[in-house]
Amino acid sequence: MRGEAVLLSNTEEIPGRAIREHHGVVSGSTVRAKHLGRDIMAGLKNLVGGELKGYTELLQEARQEALERMIEEAQKAGANAVVNVRFQTSSVAQGAAELFAYGTAVTVG
Amino acid sequence: MEAEPAFPLLRLLLPLLLLAMGWLVGGAIERAHLRRLRLREIHWRRLPLVTLREPPEAWQVQRAGLVVGSVVVSIDYWKRMMAFFRSLVGGRVRAYESLLERARREALLRLKETAHGAGFDAVLGVRLETARLASASRDGEGTAGVEIVAFGTGVTRSQEPG
Repeated sequence: MRGEAVLLSNTEEIPGRAIREHHGVVSGSTVRAKHLGRDIMAGLKNLVGGELKGYTELLQEARQEALERMIEEAQKAGANAVVNVRFQTSSVAQGAAELFAYGTAVTVG
Repeated sequence: MEAEPAFPLLRLLLPLLLLAMGWLVGGAIERAHLRRLRLREIHWRRLPLVTLREPPEAWQVQRAGLVVGSVVVSIDYWKRMMAFFRSLVGGRVRAYESLLERARREALLRLKETAHGAGFDAVLGVRLETARLASASRDGEGTAGVEIVAFGTGVTRSQEPG
């Protein structure tokens, strides 16, 4: 991440800081497909149930990337924080998922 | 004209074998997971998670930041079969209830662990989301797993509440 770290929160404000300026909605997204090896492993894991670690990690990485893209957009808008961050996951196609993060870019004092 | 299956006995036995494996291994995994969940929940009981969006006044918040905990889980073969039979008559599908309950508890614990790792001692505005992941095989008809995401705003308090 370049420059000063952008503060994130999923509440209306950054607790302990005052919002000075609003810059509108910023968002970031990424579409990820599982690779075949992971899908086969998950298929085997499906027999006995439990956590599918490969998918957990894949989606975590993807969510992080979506957040980073959102942060970049916020920095371009001149914000130093994003409040009310929301996530959305949707299965757009077979074997692929979209991770979407959005929020309101603000300047906090 | 269908060809005679090479191993007719195997064709019959394989699903039964998978069922038995799901029942035995899946059951053991579930019990072990529930045990671990209980221990970890006791360990993290001093780190509060709240769904409130604003901190109680007693918490003098020093620092805040977004924290996330997530898990992808799937159901075992035996439970999937039980759920299928249940869907014929309707009613509570306990097999899925217990899976989702375990997954939510796991996601919340990971949220706490992430929050602690980032130096926070409480999480505000906790939200839980559930998403189904379509399987790459069978034209996306099957379910590869269910993802539970827990997220919230981690805060550092300068004072213990109350």
